[in-house]
Amino acid sequence: MSEEEKKDYAESPINLEYHYTAGSATTRFLNQVKEGKIVGQSCPKCSAVYVPPRGSCPRCGVATNIEVPLTDKGCIESFTIVHIPIPGNPIVPPYVCAMIRLDGANISFLHLIQGIDVEEIRIGMRIQAVWKPKDEWTHSLENIKWFTPIDEPDVDVATLRFQES
Amino acid sequence: MIQAGVIGVGQTKYDAKRRDVSMGGLVREAIDNAMLAANVEWDAIDAVILGKAPDMFEGVVMPELYLADAIGAVGKPVLRVHTAGSVGGSTGVIAATHVCSGQFKTVLTVTFEKQSESNATWALSPRYPYSPHINAGAGGYFAPFIREYIRRYDAPEHIGWKVAVKDRLNALKNPLAHLHIPGIDEKMVSDTPMLWEPLRYLESCPSSDGACAMVITSKDLVGSRDVAWIKGMAVRSEGTLSAGRDEVNPQAGIDCAKDIYDQAGITNPYKEIDCAEIYVPFSWYEPMWLENLGFCDLGEGWKLTDQDATAIDGEIPFNMSGGVMSSNPIGASGMIRFGEAALQVMGKANDHQVEDAKVAMGHAYGGAAQFFAMWIVSSSLD
Repeated sequence: MSEEEKKDYAESPINLEYHYTAGSATTRFLNQVKEGKIVGQSCPKCSAVYVPPRGSCPRCGVATNIEVPLTDKGCIESFTIVHIPIPGNPIVPPYVCAMIRLDGANISFLHLIQGIDVEEIRIGMRIQAVWKPKDEWTHSLENIKWFTPIDEPDVDVATLRFQES
Repeated sequence: MIQAGVIGVGQTKYDAKRRDVSMGGLVREAIDNAMLAANVEWDAIDAVILGKAPDMFEGVVMPELYLADAIGAVGKPVLRVHTAGSVGGSTGVIAATHVCSGQFKTVLTVTFEKQSESNATWALSPRYPYSPHINAGAGGYFAPFIREYIRRYDAPEHIGWKVAVKDRLNALKNPLAHLHIPGIDEKMVSDTPMLWEPLRYLESCPSSDGACAMVITSKDLVGSRDVAWIKGMAVRSEGTLSAGRDEVNPQAGIDCAKDIYDQAGITNPYKEIDCAEIYVPFSWYEPMWLENLGFCDLGEGWKLTDQDATAIDGEIPFNMSGGVMSSNPIGASGMIRFGEAALQVMGKANDHQVEDAKVAMGHAYGGAAQFFAMWIVSSSLD
């Protein structure tokens, strides 16, 4: 074997398959998402509204057992423009990954922004969900294709910080 | 509480691919160097504490068992720590705690990552159930926080380039550093491609193979050895998805720093700490942590960076070794900060030594910037 052909390592792809149990809080949330509705859950102690809900309030350690229907409008809390392909990820860069803060929610979640020149995107910009056709709805936030800017004045994100009343 | 000190720090050469060693060979290289520096034999080691980041980074689950022979843990108590990117720091704190509590006299602690065995960005970008598949590695996660920092305090974009240059110039003085980029300057950094806006390629840490180990012992066994006394140490965490959380200036970081300053009797960290190894994986985290750790007021961090306060000959040198920006075996990166802080106060940091360093800080953070680990080490016990 020549020097060039020597190999001191081998590539061996591995696979892990997970069975994920949603749990009761996420199940309640996803059953609504399947119907095109976003329903957050609120803490009975501090009143913080979580979406997507994980079933408990990390601040108070109690179950978020109050359902809070929300709209699909909100603002961009912050964002990045991803320019590199991510291994295993089907989305073609560049794409905008934003922290979406829905109106009435006290945490944000990551989703895509489209329908605007990326140079125009700002922190605090008002946005609304663009849903897939109804017959494609499933138990996933992928029912929302992306969020797109709407013609409303920007939000001062400093005012978004949750303060216990 | 029993007083404890670091008597040996051992590191590997950091590189993109350490194909000359197995995982076992990599950790043993750091351990051998640490035990040689500490002048201890295996019979002096009471327990071994290993830390590393997610097992998916190499695809070996519970490596502390697989590596038992290589880390000298056969027949000894062994403990594994995992707190994401902060793990190197929290492993150091947990190892030291086992000495301070009197449980063990001398503990060997080692952390590693052999990122070339897999792909860390892939491992950090899984498809989560019921969610769009858009997460884009650590840079994709932290970039929005950095953008908000820049917006909040109107920071000019050259600050990020400046940190990227400063840390890599420091790395030229550290033969173990992964990245050696002679002639690096702000133009070179600003000419590199954008990865996760506003972060460019050279404003981001590399992906490295490497390990770092320390020998920590109780005061009565130090003898005439060089020692870095542990004057304060703490870990803190906060809820990632907690309402009211400020990702730009996390409360857990503020609380963790206050705890170690109180333990060490520090009231003005800017004046009383001689140098610091702080976990800066993306350039902008230097000014963000300057503020979070109380070295200056909110909004003033980028000005300190701009005034060269964090240069190796500045008021508060940050990352003399080149930092995470120059070597990033994720699981070890926190312990490298802790170990480099110890080397500074022992006067053993060679070409990147800060003159007359007596009090140094080591810092690590991880996860979604919700895990923190920190310590203060000193050349004297008083």
